[in-house]
Amino acid sequence: MFDYTFQWRQAFRALPQMLDGALVTMQIAVLSMVIGITIAVLLAVARNSGSKWLQWPAMAWVEVARNTPALFQIYMAHFGLGSFGIYLSPFVALLAGITFNNAGYLCETFRGALRAIPGTQVRAGRSLGMGQAKAFRLIVMPQMFRIAFLPTTNQMVWAILMTSLGVTVGMSTDLTGVTQDLNARTFRTFELFALAAVLYYCIAKAVMFAARLVAWRLFRY
Amino acid sequence: MIEIENVHKSFGALEVLKGINLTVDKGEVVSVIGGSGSGKSTLLTCINGLEPIDSGRILVDGTEVHAKTTDLNLLRRKIGIVFQQFNAFPHLTVLENVTLAPRKVKGMSRRDAEEIAVQQLSHVGLADKLKVYPNRLSGGQQQRMAIARALAMSPDYMLFDEVTSALDPQLVGEVLDTLKMLADDGMTMICVTHEMSFARDVSNRVAFFHKGVMAEIGPPEQIFGDAQHEETRNFLSSVR
Ligand SMILES: Nc1ncnc2c1ncn2[C@@H]1O[C@H](COP(=O)(O)OP(=O)(O)O)[C@@H](O)[C@H]1O
Ligand SMILES: [Mg+2]
Repeated sequence: MFDYTFQWRQAFRALPQMLDGALVTMQIAVLSMVIGITIAVLLAVARNSGSKWLQWPAMAWVEVARNTPALFQIYMAHFGLGSFGIYLSPFVALLAGITFNNAGYLCETFRGALRAIPGTQVRAGRSLGMGQAKAFRLIVMPQMFRIAFLPTTNQMVWAILMTSLGVTVGMSTDLTGVTQDLNARTFRTFELFALAAVLYYCIAKAVMFAARLVAWRLFRY
Repeated sequence: MIEIENVHKSFGALEVLKGINLTVDKGEVVSVIGGSGSGKSTLLTCINGLEPIDSGRILVDGTEVHAKTTDLNLLRRKIGIVFQQFNAFPHLTVLENVTLAPRKVKGMSRRDAEEIAVQQLSHVGLADKLKVYPNRLSGGQQQRMAIARALAMSPDYMLFDEVTSALDPQLVGEVLDTLKMLADDGMTMICVTHEMSFARDVSNRVAFFHKGVMAEIGPPEQIFGDAQHEETRNFLSSVR
């Protein structure tokens, strides 16, 4: 039953291509985080605002993002919108799907962090003549990001791994896409995907390490 | 000049201020004493517009605080307030805590703001803590930083809300000394306080609050020596 002969050399020859793919993977993950964080802050503010008109859409976003499969979210961005005549390329659809997911999860992370910041902080800022928005930006947001930093880092890792779902909408340039293509041509399935898995693992670890450095540099208190 | 005219204020069904009248002149130090829940803090937060009022009016240098047309952010620049909780901004160093508002509210350059901040921080004895984060400071130091932070906006008025109440007893003195120094410099101040000796020695007038009413106001000699109202006497005997 064990007549598979490993051919690692062939897999390693594909390494440069796979590294290129890893770069695309990183690109999507970073973009989806930057946009996701921005949207998540807005969603968190909307959910904490007194206005129903802001609360409801934000809540719907969070509920759907967190309680449906990420795969469906990416599918919807590609095929779902496609049926309305809105065609997103695999890259954009994947980015949109993951960003949607990220924003939903991060919104709740940020809301939790906001709860941990005493209202007296904003009061102190307002007393010094800051408007609501300025007090939020200068006093609340930096503290929020610090409290939410570790969960946000975890979300980043999650985003990297989620990019592998891109193949389902025809993504072929990211790490999984490249690996899939190579596999179709060489059938070295185990070697190629093992190598890809190692690359994903290394990227994830590198991100965690970088995050720790950033935290150490940024959060001196 | 701060003019408080017949101010009423309720939280829901609870009337917290029941027609307060008080005028504080330039250079005057008024201490506000009274039992817990008598409305002292609420009055201070009404003066700088953090809390709305139900009726009456409050004028600061002739500007009506709660008028719709009043730019509160602008008005608050000249009313410093320090709370019982120090409210240090934990993510900023001592120096950054103090320069934040001058830079981001007044639009001062970093250099100018730092010059003022260093001056204020030296004044309150924190010149050697500029680069330190607040969590490395004692309560008394954090409170002095909060005072310097308010003063860096060059306010014309300072409101103090029980600024020593959250402090360990041995740290109360250093903060009260800072307040005395300010009073000696001629700052117009309203100090809500439980420190009777401070109220007696530093203020021009002492106001006694009781259940949302300013039951009595007068020079310290009157309040502490010859109180006209029974509630005042009861309160003073309870805190002694
Ligand atoms: N934001 C608020 N919401 C509801 N009730 C409040 C609020 N702030 C203060 N109160 C109530 O108003 C009363 C007066 O409070 P406060 O002005 O803090 O009194 P003091 O400072 O004299 O102890 C208290 O009964 C308090 O519980
Ligand atoms: Mg109080």
